Amino acid sequence: MINLNINNQRISVQPGTTVLDAAKKLKINIPTLCNHPDLCVAGNCRVCVVEQTGAKTLIAACSMPVSEGMDIHTNTLKVRNARKHIVELLLSEHRSDCTKCYKNQKCELQALANEFAFGDTIFLDLVEDHHYSIDRSSPSFIKDDSKCIHCQRCVRTCTQLQYISAIAVANKGAHQKISSFHDRPMSHVVCTNCGQCVNRCPTGALVEKTYIDQVWDAIYDPAKHVVVQTAPAVRVALGEDLGYDPGERVTGKLVTALRQLGFDSILDTDFAADLTIMEEGTELLTRLKKVLVDGDKTTSIPMFTSCSPGWVKFIEHKYPEFLPNLSTCKSPQQMFGALAKTYFAQKMKLDPSKIVSVSIMPCIAKKYEADRPEMRSSGFKDIDYVLTTRELAVMIKQAGLDFRNLEPSNYDSVMGDSTGAGVIFGATGGVMEAALRTAYEIVTGREVPFKNLNITPVRGMEGVKEATVKIEGCTADWKFLEGAELKVAIAHGLVNANKIMKLVRQGKSPYHFVEIMACPGGCIGGGGQPIPTSMEIRKNRMKAIYSEDEHMVLRKSHENPDVIAIYKDFLGKPNSHVSHELLHTHYTERDNY
Amino acid sequence: MYNVGNLVKELSEKHGRERESLMPILQGIVEKHNYLTDEAMVEVARELDISAAEVYGTASFYTFLDTDVRGKYIIRICKTITCSMKGKGEIIQTLEDMLKIKVGETTSDRQFSLIETNCIGWCHKAPAILINEIPYTELTPEKTVEIIKGYMQKR
Repeated sequence: MINLNINNQRISVQPGTTVLDAAKKLKINIPTLCNHPDLCVAGNCRVCVVEQTGAKTLIAACSMPVSEGMDIHTNTLKVRNARKHIVELLLSEHRSDCTKCYKNQKCELQALANEFAFGDTIFLDLVEDHHYSIDRSSPSFIKDDSKCIHCQRCVRTCTQLQYISAIAVANKGAHQKISSFHDRPMSHVVCTNCGQCVNRCPTGALVEKTYIDQVWDAIYDPAKHVVVQTAPAVRVALGEDLGYDPGERVTGKLVTALRQLGFDSILDTDFAADLTIMEEGTELLTRLKKVLVDGDKTTSIPMFTSCSPGWVKFIEHKYPEFLPNLSTCKSPQQMFGALAKTYFAQKMKLDPSKIVSVSIMPCIAKKYEADRPEMRSSGFKDIDYVLTTRELAVMIKQAGLDFRNLEPSNYDSVMGDSTGAGVIFGATGGVMEAALRTAYEIVTGREVPFKNLNITPVRGMEGVKEATVKIEGCTADWKFLEGAELKVAIAHGLVNANKIMKLVRQGKSPYHFVEIMACPGGCIGGGGQPIPTSMEIRKNRMKAIYSEDEHMVLRKSHENPDVIAIYKDFLGKPNSHVSHELLHTHYTERDNY
Repeated sequence: MYNVGNLVKELSEKHGRERESLMPILQGIVEKHNYLTDEAMVEVARELDISAAEVYGTASFYTFLDTDVRGKYIIRICKTITCSMKGKGEIIQTLEDMLKIKVGETTSDRQFSLIETNCIGWCHKAPAILINEIPYTELTPEKTVEIIKGYMQKR
């Protein structure tokens, strides 16, 4: 153990601990900016400087490991002056249009300015002299270099968590900027729109592209019927933006809030998630039959899930030769979209051209997905607008709803029923678990052999998870699977997806079915979720998702009454002709830069 | 045009495919072909299994690893104070008149580029320029004309 003093308080910590973490243990707050719990130390913003007795210069607490006998002071005059100047220098190159900024009151630089840099500054404002550019090319987010303070959280996120490095630090000195390959528009580079950078940007330099006004316009238009769907991960995170602790389930209040905002039909993406299981499960079993029984060389396994639009774009850019392995199923959002303006319109006797379809997602890649040209199988744009969890929280505040005191209510019918299987889609391993619950039962006529249907091997925060399910006692139709060992793998965060893809490329993958979600923790850690994020916050949300599942009466997708009804009345059977028209899609090879 | 794929492969064989090989590979390309095309940077990224943005980020940090179109002969004029005091302005004027381009531009025949650079360490013999890797010092307009004529005849 290493002994040191911080502000005259003695503490012993493990070697390798940083001064910052040692101070945290003493409940001493040292301000930080470039530091982020999910990312490696950068030490470039210098906001965390502290004074070490005997040292010539101030040291950065985030990157300095403790040493024996260290004597640290965090609040001396020298420290305060330095911090004030550091924040002022950051502000001198930051376009401070705070009152109009999307991140107003949610900006970490603003919070620091509030604390340290009030009053006149001795530094020149350099914003006018820089030829900053604002990149609005992506349908998912805006990159505004005039607000960038070069903390490089985004660069570290894109590299360490996502293995993409769509952006890097370019140029030097006063010309330094965070740049895509040769400054190309973000819409034309390898960026997957996952939004993990947006979720970690401390300022307004990276923000989601918001469609709040368009949605209000639709709501206020009496001629329009506005349908809204909510993704499973939203209900376990929305509360964080409305004063709740992470991991609080607010499903019932969420539904009431949407109704009070003026949406006409409040429906559930979980319904479409259950539908996805029916389609994707059938696709998997069909592929396995083709490979195992028919010896079909053109059929590709392992099959990959296709619910995560960030992951889909990743494989399109990075491993296009494996696109045939990607399930042809659309994501739940897009299945819902295609059905809202066809099946739902018919059932409700609505003119599909008058339906505005809105989805509330934990994700900003969903905005891009909704914009993909192939997502128009209803004859209209299947999903008109995608809002993030954060944007919905803004709308709830704009409408002045007293969220905490709303009476919980239930989703509307036709496409509003859900099961626990649909709910767990929001967490890594959830799609796999939902698929296994249904596929195993289809093949054997019995429930999966796990206590309370909880398939624990596929759960948790490990980057890559593996499981083997032995299939025994098959019904007559599925005899070819008797005794087979179904090998599955799950990855979340694209850096982990890449590990699996490398195995697949090397021909070393033993897997039949692989679930991949682009974001750490799955959708619960999505780029559109409340800020901040950390492992602890994601774990709390995950716990809430599984508890939501346990509280459901129905927990298997094939038991969802709305799903049973849609196959009876409209789709026929899974992977039917109508299903293929509306619920399946194709993919595009893209450049790797 | 050269086959960038072959050159990048050749350089990767020579220097290795680790991250630290990036600089010598980029330098090797510039040595042969004056500047880094987008195509070349994408090839390097592929060969080293790193992102193209990272290659661009590294290249754009270094003045001598150009990512914009450059001529066969890159004339770099020192922009710092000693050369200015010793008559850099006249030298620039002479070069611009001869080459019919402004500082920062490249001739349409892709023979010459004229760019400013930070101190090249020849203050004691200012004003100075670099043409590719060769320094020319104690310049006068007359001397400059002779030097450039020499390069024009070389082509």
